[in-house]
Amino acid sequence: MELLLASSIGFLTAAGLYLVLRLRTFPVILGTSLLSYAVNIFLFASGRLVVNQPPILTDGVTSYTDPLPQALVLTAIVISFGMTAVVVMIAVSAYLSADDDHIDDRPGGLFDAGRDAGGEMGSDTARRNAGTEGKA
Amino acid sequence: MTHWIVAPIVLPAMLAALIVLAVRHHILLQRVFSLAGSVALLGLTAGLAWRASDGTITLYQLGDWAAPFGIVLVADRLSTLMALLTAVLAIPVLLYAIGSGWDNRGRHFHALFQFQLMGIMGAFLTGDAFNLFVFFEVLLIASYGLMLHSGGTERLRAGLQYMIYNLLGSTLFLFALGTIYAETGTLNMADLAQRVAGAAADETAGLRVAAVLLLLVFAIKAALLPLHFWLPSSYAMAPGPVAALFAVMTKIGAYGIIRFYTLVFPPGTAVTEGLFDTWLLPAALASLALGMAGVLAARSLDRTVAFAVVGSMGMLLTSVAVFTPEGIAAALYYAIHSTLATAALFLLVDVVRERRKSRGVDLEAAPLIPGGALVAGLFFAAAIAMTGLPPLSGFVGKLLILDAASGTPLMWWVWAVVLGSSLVAVVGFARAGSTVFWKGHEIEAAHPGSVDDPEDSQGARELHDPVEPEPALPMVAIGLLIALLVGVTLAAGPVNRYLAATAAQLFDPAPYVATVLDTPGKQIVDHHATDGAEDHGAGDDNHGSDTHGTAAGSKESH
Repeated sequence: MELLLASSIGFLTAAGLYLVLRLRTFPVILGTSLLSYAVNIFLFASGRLVVNQPPILTDGVTSYTDPLPQALVLTAIVISFGMTAVVVMIAVSAYLSADDDHIDDRPGGLFDAGRDAGGEMGSDTARRNAGTEGKA
Repeated sequence: MTHWIVAPIVLPAMLAALIVLAVRHHILLQRVFSLAGSVALLGLTAGLAWRASDGTITLYQLGDWAAPFGIVLVADRLSTLMALLTAVLAIPVLLYAIGSGWDNRGRHFHALFQFQLMGIMGAFLTGDAFNLFVFFEVLLIASYGLMLHSGGTERLRAGLQYMIYNLLGSTLFLFALGTIYAETGTLNMADLAQRVAGAAADETAGLRVAAVLLLLVFAIKAALLPLHFWLPSSYAMAPGPVAALFAVMTKIGAYGIIRFYTLVFPPGTAVTEGLFDTWLLPAALASLALGMAGVLAARSLDRTVAFAVVGSMGMLLTSVAVFTPEGIAAALYYAIHSTLATAALFLLVDVVRERRKSRGVDLEAAPLIPGGALVAGLFFAAAIAMTGLPPLSGFVGKLLILDAASGTPLMWWVWAVVLGSSLVAVVGFARAGSTVFWKGHEIEAAHPGSVDDPEDSQGARELHDPVEPEPALPMVAIGLLIALLVGVTLAAGPVNRYLAATAAQLFDPAPYVATVLDTPGKQIVDHHATDGAEDHGAGDDNHGSDTHGTAAGSKESH
């Protein structure tokens, strides 16, 4: 049980981080979803692993599971669900508006106003797309 | 138990819902409600700060449940001070948004603004670590909406970066909270303080992991090097008044560091050994140096100010990392100063962007802007404050930080970086200001009619055409922020004494812990009559009648 849970958290986190580092919207959103699954299981485990016990503490009960992490996980699930929905919406409109799904800055873009760089950005996007496809 | 503490959270929440549901199509009513709400918020937070100013710590138990199981709001000097700072900032920002018409360029500006205020107030006032996470999410989701207000390709791109970065930050926050809960079995800050202090010396490895994770989370919020990459683009691309409101958002990260690492993970224990002097201080100094270098490297005015935010956060956290009462007091003074100065600068950048139609905020020569003298004068004052030249508050703040750092092992590093980066910032702002506000004279003098660039000649024509008078309200809002900066400078003595008292309260957490944990809450009606509930029965008579606040309060909980 411990091994299964720990390794699943580890795999989810690793896969999530890998996808986030892809820096294009679709893999990144998948990556953040995987990371939020990982953290949900992690939170669940933070109350210790107990199997087949009620989350209720009354008199005379010696074996029970901690109810608090379950409430925390519920909150975390709701929040990450809402956040993911918002991110998907913004990502879609950003992609439709710029015709580019990279989420990193353009080269040198950190210092620029970026307001009137339309032409430059288009060629830059084409170049990067070509590079990515070449690698794939 | 008083209900005033929850009012700064409930008021914006109710108001935002009202604005969305009832007056969604009526911009005038939205403005009236939003402004009235912000003024009321200022009154509420000023009242809370007044009550906390003599050192009393007031507690609000949501749903009347006692800590550590119930969620509590705590009003001490630090939290009320930060809440008051937010409310003070909100009014000029709102006036600017109304005066410049920003609030009418997209939908739901005022509702999102109020939700944002609700999240910030909650983050400052809460005494529960998981509740802090929830309020972080509230303020973040409102900030996403505000950041993307009125849309645009570049803004969507920057907003997406901002959201993804903060999503990862939130995930990290949850990992930190999970680790803390696994190690201590509680998430109430006061209870955490007790349990961490009582942890056996050989069992601190997990706590140390939690402390480092939490520091990373707050460092992301505070844009500390090397976690600052989200800030320049998103602040520069956000609408002017939103960027000005965001000036207080980075301070939430700093607040988190100050609150958690004075109360829960105090310096000088095995848990936090080396965390501040080995890691936080060099990172803060590096982000100060890099931020100010960015001021010099930026090719547009909005990036100049955004990098100045990174630099000023570095300055603030340098003072925090010294971790003495003097250092915290100096950091708080600098936080007040840099919030107001950054907000004023972002609003001025927006004015320049609006009026220099041909060149926007690029650092290139362009024809003079209408009403340029006033804008330039205000920019001059705000830049002096931001770079820390005398006579404005930046100088006082920097002096306090240098003073707090003297005598520490890394004193010469701190002095060298603070003073050196100031020089770089002065050069950067002087270059930006002179390019934007003075180079126009050369264009005018050289060739009034025949400029090579057609855009420039169009800009020149715009200037010579009789333009309609610019609205006064935006300049009033900026003037208000500058006046506040002057006020903070003139009242530096009293303000600094108050902040020293605040820092002293932070370094003596026993009253905080006692207030939170020893206040009895609702009596649990338990037919099995456990022994534990009997203890709390005595004090319950005082609180039995308070249940009418419960419905409103419990909305803010999980």
